[in-house]
Amino acid sequence: MTLEYVPGIPILGPYVDPDNAPFWEAVERHEFVLQRCADCKTYFQVPRPMCPHCRSMDSLEWVPSTGRGKIFSYVNFTTDRMAYPAMKIPYSVVLVELEEGIRLTANIVDVEPEDVFIGMPVEVTFNKPTDSFTLYQFKKAS
Amino acid sequence: MTTTRTVKDKTAIVGVAVSEFSRDSGRTEYSLAAQVVRDAVVDSGLSFDEIDGIVKDISDGIDPMYLQKAVGIEHAQFASDSHWGTSAIVSGITAVAAGICKNVVYYRSVNGASKRRAGNDFRAAKEMQDESLDLLRYDFYSPFGLLTPSGMAALCARRYLHRYGVDMSDLAWIPAVASEYAAANPRSAFFEKPMSFEECADSPAEVDPLRAVDCAPDVDGAVALVITSAERAKDLPHPPAIVMAAAQATSTEGELFSSFNRPDITGLPEMKLMGDELFRVAGVQRSDVKAAQFDDRFSFLVAMQLEELGYCERGDGGAFCAKGERIRRDGDLPLNTNGGFLGEGFLYGANVIEAVRQIRGTSSSQVENADLVLVASGAGGPADGLLLRR
Repeated sequence: MTLEYVPGIPILGPYVDPDNAPFWEAVERHEFVLQRCADCKTYFQVPRPMCPHCRSMDSLEWVPSTGRGKIFSYVNFTTDRMAYPAMKIPYSVVLVELEEGIRLTANIVDVEPEDVFIGMPVEVTFNKPTDSFTLYQFKKAS
Repeated sequence: MTTTRTVKDKTAIVGVAVSEFSRDSGRTEYSLAAQVVRDAVVDSGLSFDEIDGIVKDISDGIDPMYLQKAVGIEHAQFASDSHWGTSAIVSGITAVAAGICKNVVYYRSVNGASKRRAGNDFRAAKEMQDESLDLLRYDFYSPFGLLTPSGMAALCARRYLHRYGVDMSDLAWIPAVASEYAAANPRSAFFEKPMSFEECADSPAEVDPLRAVDCAPDVDGAVALVITSAERAKDLPHPPAIVMAAAQATSTEGELFSSFNRPDITGLPEMKLMGDELFRVAGVQRSDVKAAQFDDRFSFLVAMQLEELGYCERGDGGAFCAKGERIRRDGDLPLNTNGGFLGEGFLYGANVIEAVRQIRGTSSSQVENADLVLVASGAGGPADGLLLRR
């Protein structure tokens, strides 16, 4: 694993509210779901209370994602001065375009920052940086 | 849209003030705010009794009522906390043009360096238990160590480089020319110490692809300005900066620096909307602009603004700045003549004040015959801007 945390520094967890709870509850079960409108089949991210296309509030559903996609962009944090202290540098944050067409950020757990590239195929995985929450992450596609 | 047309030539910026800019003011934001508001009203030549509107940015912590107490502004009929950038100034202009109030003071006061709030520098985060981390507690970003605007902006910058086949050294003239302008500006930490293109291009990436020179430093400081009607401005001591046009815009799937689900993350669609509206309302051409202040919180945003505001094709923003020739004082578009946020530190409002200095003829890098100045703010979030004339 290239992703490591600095012991003793709390890492911020997700702020769970009724709009995004199904996503984070699924992550706790190691399931990866995306929000979609059941009527018009539009996927969206970040979670929201209404479908931005048909403006329905009743049709929102959470559906399993393939969890596969490609790196759309990435940033490598290389110095203490500008990185988050709870994470060992260097670390990467990747923006992944999923097969469903929407994009999410996370870390990549098994690739050195200098080896990350745009277009790299990845798939979802999970880690548990603290006792209190689980995160989704990405790894190289098998 | 007739609503924005009604602002044309109706108002003017007539008073400006800045505090000292430092890494550690040793003062409260309240104290800095009171100082600059007082000084801006004095600079305007209006009496304190005439100030009846107060506007500020939503992220400025000093409540207008407390400011009123300190500065002795008895009654106000318009007070507004506005969104991001310098949109509070647009609100003030709108209020005066609409007749809701007569004279508005705008202020922004931030101990951005010593309090490290919402900044880019997390050296002190171990001890930092204040609200600023909560502000950035975005579910899909912060658990992954993506907490700062620089990290989010870097994701857009990387995609921009990829899409247009350029690298950060192609954009290094932007911080280099900013430091040249800042070297003439006594308020800047770069005063008399410019950085060369090579020093900028060769400095290491820290939020890779962004280098420290690409990120406007956090600063402690405050700025204020006074808006009145074009009519009232005629009798005041300084040449007024007449507001030809003021505009604001947001666009689809927007977030502050994390608009990652837009079809294209290599541009600033709200900046194009805003800019098109400014030029439409003012009825002037891009080439009529004598100097410009773009939002350079991050260097590559200047390239994107050149593209979105119609000064070059997409992907050519870095080439526009190559060798610095077009953006220096004697170029076609003198840009960020105080050194911008890269040179002075990240403090919205200071960009508009430099535009007013150009109109007045008092810039540390004064452009000849600067009778029309463009300001664009809020790059990476809701955009706003002004066209100011003599």
